[in-house]
Amino acid sequence: MGQIVFDRPKALSDVQLTYCPGCTHGIVHRLIAQVIDELEIEGRTVGIAPVGCSVFAYNFFDCDMIQAPHGRAPAVATGVKRAHPNNVLFTYQGDGDLAAIGTAETVHVGARGENITTIFINNAIYGMTGGQMAPTTLYKQVTMTTPYGREKNIQGSPIKVCEMLATLDGTAYAERVAVDCVKNVNATKKAIKKAFQIQMAGKGYSIVEVLSACPTEWGKSPVEALEWIRTDMMPFYPLGIYKDVTEG
Amino acid sequence: MGKVLMKGNEAVAEAGIRCGCRHYFGYPITPQNEISAYMAKNMPKVGGLCLQAESEIAAINMVLGAAASGVRAMTSSSSPGISLKSEGLSYIAGCDLPCLVVNVQRGGPGLGGIQAAQSDYYQATKAMGHGDLRLLVYSPSTIQEIVTLTSKSFDTSEKYRVPAMILTDGVIGQMMEAVDFDEMVISTPADKSWASCGHGDQRKKNIINSLYIEPEKLEAVVVARFKRYAEIEKNEVMFEEYMTDDAELIIVSYGITARICKSAVNLARKQNVKVGLFRPISLWPYPSDALLNLAKKDITKHFLVSELNMGQMVDDVKVSTHCLKPVSFYGRTGGMLPAPEEILAEIKKILGGKA
Repeated sequence: MGQIVFDRPKALSDVQLTYCPGCTHGIVHRLIAQVIDELEIEGRTVGIAPVGCSVFAYNFFDCDMIQAPHGRAPAVATGVKRAHPNNVLFTYQGDGDLAAIGTAETVHVGARGENITTIFINNAIYGMTGGQMAPTTLYKQVTMTTPYGREKNIQGSPIKVCEMLATLDGTAYAERVAVDCVKNVNATKKAIKKAFQIQMAGKGYSIVEVLSACPTEWGKSPVEALEWIRTDMMPFYPLGIYKDVTEG
Repeated sequence: MGKVLMKGNEAVAEAGIRCGCRHYFGYPITPQNEISAYMAKNMPKVGGLCLQAESEIAAINMVLGAAASGVRAMTSSSSPGISLKSEGLSYIAGCDLPCLVVNVQRGGPGLGGIQAAQSDYYQATKAMGHGDLRLLVYSPSTIQEIVTLTSKSFDTSEKYRVPAMILTDGVIGQMMEAVDFDEMVISTPADKSWASCGHGDQRKKNIINSLYIEPEKLEAVVVARFKRYAEIEKNEVMFEEYMTDDAELIIVSYGITARICKSAVNLARKQNVKVGLFRPISLWPYPSDALLNLAKKDITKHFLVSELNMGQMVDDVKVSTHCLKPVSFYGRTGGMLPAPEEILAEIKKILGGKA
């Protein structure tokens, strides 16, 4: 008889995900759920869903969930955490949600050093609304609203979120990872686990930026999209730990 | 404690704390800053939290989070800041969350001014954010009433899971009056088994959400919510009548303006002019039936609406009274206040030769 070597994490709901083929949201969801299982914190975890493709995240995790207005997940999480300091809070946010409409909330949740964790999906594009320019869209990247490519003197510069948040005293942990290959997926899980542990230790705000693929809006095959993370995103958004208060 | 002399802004803060609210989120704006100052000083003494957010938007979303997690939460602001909170209030209404928002109104539109106004009547009663939604809206006209309405707001908000607003103004907020907190009725917070604060492996997960992607579901949720609104309209109407029994002219006025109008009624009565005052205390639910009853009386000849705006409540009075009697308007706006004599002059003008 066979032995079960791979199963759905308990913290991941037994429902069909709504994501496109080749989208990496599913991988990141699974990693978060695995971390929640391993830390045995599902009962005290509250997740905050954003506006964007991952708006339905409230259906995908088995912990208590709250759906926040666009960009406001850090403020909503702050309200929960301040009322229930023993809860473990995570916000799941895309690049438009976190780095455009919610920039003030993003900066100030770090400035306050709130003990919450943000999982930041950076795929350099607005997925749900059909492929518009994101605050993290690369120079020359073609999107629905940059049909001639993003130009610095017209649309401005992409925001390097981890680098920016690392400057804040209240940010305890900021790491950029990617889910383009098995090695990096494993590293992403490790980063998410560390971010949750730093929150649980009360050390301050933690964020994991995940370079992610959006084959649909990038107009690429899933395999090409993963390759594009490596060839185009990583040079501009280098992987690595930008802040870690637990290190020396 | 007995009677204490307090500003309206301080009184609403103290009343909030006495109601068991331990989570206040604010952002500075005149003329309501005494609320945050009072909260900042006194919340820590009871183990509560006063957090200054980075914006009104963040503050209302912190309220959303705290309310979603099951605690009594409140915020306060003044007109321009309330506009910023309207997105969050729409979500709070859509998530069926209870909370208290205090609007210490100032003149508008835009940055307007910093003196008292009531020009957010439309916003509070008709359009507090996008979508089919209502807020409980209470209008105190004394500082004692701010205190009673704070407790009423929390209770009613939790009972029906509808956000509540105390719609006051710069005068009530800033002026001092004797207030007795012993008169407050402090209730027990409602059951909040719906809250998202960790399921503790004891129950299925809770979801706080306002998104229903299938139109059939969204319609059903909105219709169900409107059934609760109908219950509120049936059970929660609050108003005061003053010398309306034999009144030929009835002033309809709320909040600080109702107090000025009460003085005008007293002045008129001294001159044997038969005037009364109808004061809506709940601006939503609006006391339409009581107004209609007055309109049906033969003795009632005329209604005069008075408020600190350009006549935002006039339509509500016309609709409530089925236009059975003429409805006039006299108001001041932009931070200006009418004197009782101005109101009296208007009364005499309306009643013409009879006065």
